[in-house]
Parts: sequence; structure tokens; C-alpha cells
Amino acid sequence: MLHLAYLMPALPLAGFVVLACFGRRLGDPVAGWLGTATIAGSFVIACLVTSGLLARPSGASREVTQNLFTWIAVGGLQVHAALLVDPLSMTMALFVTGISSLIHLYSIGYMKGDPDYPKFFVYLNLFVASMLILVLANNLLFTFVGWEGVGVCSYWLVAFWFGRDSAASAGKKAFIYNRLADVGFLLAVFMVFNSTGTLNYLGVFSHVGALSSSTVTAICLLLFVAAVGKSAQIPLFPWLADAMEGPTPVSALIHAATMVTAGVYLMCRINPLLAASHTSQVVIATLGAATALVAATIGCAQQDIKKVLAYSTVSQLGYMFLAVGTGAYEAAIFLMVAHAFFKALLFLGAGSVIHGLDSEQDLKRMGNLRRYMVLTFATFAVGWLAISGIPPLSGFWAKGDILTNAFARYKVLWFVGVATAGLTAYYMSRLTSLAFFGTDRWRGDDAGAGASLVDDGRHADAAGHGSAPHESPWVMTAPLVVLAVLAAAGGVLLLPWSGSWSPLAWIGPVFGQNLYHAHLSTGTQWALAALDSVVAIIGVAVAMRLWVPRPDIPKLEPEVLQRSYFIDDFYDRLIGRPGEALARFSATVVDIKVIDGAVNGAARLARATGSGLRRVQTGFVRQYAIGIVLGLVGLLAWMITRAWS
Amino acid sequence: MSLGGQPYLALSMVVFALGALGLLVRRNVLVMFMCVELMLNAANIAFVTFARMLDDIGGQALVFFVLVVAAAEVVVGLGIVVAIFRRRRGATADDLHMLKG
Repeated sequence: MLHLAYLMPALPLAGFVVLACFGRRLGDPVAGWLGTATIAGSFVIACLVTSGLLARPSGASREVTQNLFTWIAVGGLQVHAALLVDPLSMTMALFVTGISSLIHLYSIGYMKGDPDYPKFFVYLNLFVASMLILVLANNLLFTFVGWEGVGVCSYWLVAFWFGRDSAASAGKKAFIYNRLADVGFLLAVFMVFNSTGTLNYLGVFSHVGALSSSTVTAICLLLFVAAVGKSAQIPLFPWLADAMEGPTPVSALIHAATMVTAGVYLMCRINPLLAASHTSQVVIATLGAATALVAATIGCAQQDIKKVLAYSTVSQLGYMFLAVGTGAYEAAIFLMVAHAFFKALLFLGAGSVIHGLDSEQDLKRMGNLRRYMVLTFATFAVGWLAISGIPPLSGFWAKGDILTNAFARYKVLWFVGVATAGLTAYYMSRLTSLAFFGTDRWRGDDAGAGASLVDDGRHADAAGHGSAPHESPWVMTAPLVVLAVLAAAGGVLLLPWSGSWSPLAWIGPVFGQNLYHAHLSTGTQWALAALDSVVAIIGVAVAMRLWVPRPDIPKLEPEVLQRSYFIDDFYDRLIGRPGEALARFSATVVDIKVIDGAVNGAARLARATGSGLRRVQTGFVRQYAIGIVLGLVGLLAWMITRAWS
Repeated sequence: MSLGGQPYLALSMVVFALGALGLLVRRNVLVMFMCVELMLNAANIAFVTFARMLDDIGGQALVFFVLVVAAAEVVVGLGIVVAIFRRRRGATADDLHMLKG
């Protein structure tokens, strides 16, 4: 079974090639079905490989390297395009392919009628292929290939409706923020090769003991910089909110379920390095907790349904980094998987709402949708309660696991985490109240007056909704139902105390000694779990009480939160304006005065020399002759004096 | 040949100087041409003399090259002079300064 591993990235890649060449001819919806089929095939392969891995005894025999070809061979540097199949990479591959198949299926319905329908699936397939390369690569450089691949695909997909200015600039923003972080990755790769002579993960880990602690810390922090960009942590998070300009399936796929988890995955992958650097663990945990709290507060005041979800993603990723910093890697992976289920569910539910309301994204113009979109509401509610941390849904277990570990190691960060959990329950309930409860505010009597947030150009004329909201077609609701089941049951499947199925038994050996074990009494654990549930329930109750009866409470939506602590203005002041000033200076001073000056100066010099020298050229032959004769005399005189002396 | 090379070299020098002087002072293009020929032949005399003095056949061989070049030069030069005579009446060198910079 294990030799099939190469098919996991190969199938989506083949789908990408076929769609890129013949996509237009296949058209709508064949191109979509083809794209979905390749990802689903990849998921089946992932299941087979996982079962092959499970058949082996736990431990080192579950680390299988499949060498595809030698990619770079220069002196001591041997880089293979090789796959590392182990419980960690397979967990990632399983949920990436699984969720991606569902989202592909959903996109068939969501993107119906789009003029660039086949192109969408071209990008989507390449994206999944890149993500699988990132996850399965056995060395840092091959991971970097996937890392860049998802970066560029996210640029294409965010700017998919590039006709709109906002989408085009959001795409650029995503790309630039990611590139900025990639510098960290590249520097880390150089440093790793310089200090260990190899880029292979397993090879690097065997050298950890021989490295100085400052080197390890530097490598960890540089890789963390890369992760901060990809996973949208402070201070590089604004791109994720803007990335909501893309089509909703893209938001669900890239910016919730898969791409943003790449940073967390990378941190888990390098766990032996992190274990050797206490400093970087503290930095990661602190930044993670801070991001979780900051993003959650911003999420409380957003009006756009997708932006609330975007900031919620940032916040949840913060939790994952908190877990990584604590050393509770399996808790981070646990939340990553659970989050992939419920966040994909929430995004697709939001997409269904947007679709049903003809591209309305403003929460203030929704309301009472539970009566019109029954299935969407039922599934969305599961996601809402799951992310809020209401037991016994998956979010409760995942978050509880992280908070328990944080409680044992960093008390302050634990407190921040609990506060964030309350805020999470609050803002998600606010979103649900505004969208699904209350009064029917979508009956657009003031149609066209308000600046409605239009999702995409094809429904631009439908700002006011004449007809009642409609439920989405089955290709869109079927993934919702599957995801709802997973989001509800995911926690039970991965319960830490359910015997052989527990994540510890499956993933644990990957981390081995580096895993942090919280030694808490059963009573403390129960108390913490009870506290988590109480905080979650309070958050939900407060939000429902406040937001169901009234859609507008300006006091609770201060501008500072709506504009995400003015971080965009801050970057604009710090980098944008000086950059513009520098550009203007270059254009008006450097270009005109210095560069043009040098070119014109050279020309003027040549002309002056020429007009000076033309006087010599009189046109009188006898004058030239006397010049020659005088020259001859001079030459002779010189030779004679030399001969005598 | 008891006579040394000096008289021949002196002759060559005088002829060369006459040619150069003529080139500088005369204005008629044809006369200037003759002066150039004088200078070339002065050089030829010197070549032959040195060939005898140094017992080296190279100098005499070189004279043939000079003769050939002089002949070719005369052909081109006279062609130009004839063309000038056709276009204008005289052939005064100082009047031909159209190529002035």
C-alpha cells in the first residue's frame, strides 16, 4: 500500500495538467467533476496508505521514505524529491484531501455559471497538489516547493475575480505578506544546511544534539517567521481578512482548512528542534495566545459574515501555536483537524447563505434565515456550537486539550486562552444571531441605498433581494451535511481516552520525548473542562440575549475593532507612505536629475568636444601637409636626440 | 664601387626636401602631385642605397612595392584631379575646401 504514496500529489497534479490544457473544451460542469474526481482519488489513496501504515508496528517502522528522483545534486548538497510517510504527514494528507474533495464538490454548485469555471478548478487542483507536496516532503527544500505553490495558488484564487479592484489588491496583499515571511524560511534553510550539511528532516533531527542552542533558536525562530506569515499570526495577519475577496470555496479551502495550517504543521514537523530551544517555545506560545485574543476581539465587531469567520480562523490558529509552544503537538494537530471540519463547515454554510441571498455578505442585511434555509441552518448550527466549545462537539475537546496543557505550563497564557474561548463563543453567536435569528432584514426596502457587500460580479445587479432566500442545490448541501457530522463527531473519534484510536497512540510516536505531558489530577482536569464549558455557555448566552432582538449596538462595535486596531493604517503609515514617497523621489529627483543628467551630460560632453575639434579640420590640404611635415621633423628630432644620448 | 653611400643619401635628402617644400608652397594640384612623386622617389633612392650599403636585398625589393603603390596612387589621384577640372575651371588646392569641418 505504501508504495502508492506518490499518487497522492500526482493525481491532483495530473488533474491540473489536464484541466489546464483541455479545461475550456470540457467546460461546465465536466471540468469541475474531473477536478473533484482527482482529489477524491487522492483521498482514497491517502486512506489506503494510512491503512498500510497502521498495519505496521508503532514506532520507527512507521517512518517510510519514498524517493521519487534526485532533484539537486551539487557537491555535498543532495536534495531528493522524496516523500516522508509517517503518522503526522498522513494525518495532514487525510484531512487535506478529505476536506478538499468536499469543497471541490461544493464548488461545482457554487461556481456554476462563472465564465472562468474551468480555470477555477485548474487553480484548485494545483493548490491541493502543492499542499500535499508541502505536507509529504521529506526535506525542507521540497517542502518549500509546496510552500511556494500554495502561496502562488492563493494569490491566483484570492484575485480570481480580478476585475474588481479590491479582489486584485487583496490577492497582491496575500502574496506580498507571504513572500515577506518566506524570507524567514529561506534563511532557515541556508542555516540548517550550513550547520548540519543536510536538509532531510530525519537527518537534521539526528544532528540537533550537536548544534549550539543559539543556532537552534535562530533556525526555529526563522521558520516561525515563515509560519507567522502563512498562518496569519501577529503581525502578518491582515492578509487573511482581505483574502475573503476570493470566492467562498476558496476561503473555506485555503484560508480555513488547509493552507493556513501549513505553518502549524511546519512547527509540529520540526518538533525536535523546538524541544532544544526553550526560548522559541515561549515566543511561539506567547505570540499564539496574543494573536488568539486580538483576532477574537476584532471578530466581535465585523459586519461582513466572511470577515468574522476569517478573524475567527486567525484566532483559532493562535490557539494552535499556543499548543505548539506548550509542546502539546498532538493537541495542536487535534485542533487543526477539528478546526478544518468546523471551519470548512462554517465557511461553506456562509457561502450557502451568500448564494441564497444573491451575494449579500453584510450581516446587518440578513436575519431570520433559519426559516428559509433549514438545512443550511441546521448544519451551520453544528459548526457554531462546535467552535464555541459547547460539549460534546469536537471544538470543546480540542480546545480543552490545549487549555489543559497551557494551564500546566503557562498560567498567564492559559488565562488569555480562556478569555479568548469566551470571546469566541460570543462572536460566533453574534454572527449566528444576526444571520439566522431576528427579523427578516434582507427584504431590501432600501435596496441600492446601502453599500452592500457584493460577493462577485455576476450578481452585481441583485443588490436588493426581491425574492425570498432559497436553499442551495444538493452538491452544496451534501458537503455541509458530511462536514456537520464530522464536526460533531470528530471530538469523539479523537477522544484522548478512547483506547487505540486516541491521537496519542497514532501520532504520539512522531513527537516521542518532545511531547509535553501535563501532570494534573483528574479533579483539576474536570474542573478545567467544566470552566471551559461554563465560559462557552456564558459567551453564547450573552450574545444571544444582546443580538437576537437588536441588530445594531454601536457601543459594542467600536471603530477600533471594526478596523482591526488600525493595523492597515499603521502599515500604510509605516511602509506604504514612505514607500510611495521614495518612489516619487526616485521618479522626480533620481530619475530626472541623476540618471537623465548623466546620460545628457555624456552627450553634451561629446558634442562640446566635437565642436571644439572641428576647427582643426580646415579643409586646406597644404595645412594638413605642413602638419605632417612638422610631425615628421619632430619625430626625427626625437630619434636623433635619443641616438646621441 | 669605391664611392661610399653618402652622396646618394645626400641626393635623396635634397630631393625629398625639394618635394616637401614644393608640396607646401605650390597651390596647383598637379604640381603638388609631382612633388609627392619626388618625395616617393627620394625614398626609393635611399632604399636602394641602404640595400647596397648593408648588402640586403630587402631594400631593393621594397622599392618595387613603393613603385606599385605610387602608380596606383597616381591613377586614383589623377582621376580625382581630372574630375575636379571638369567641374570647375582651375585646380587650386586652397579653393577645394568643401570638406571643412
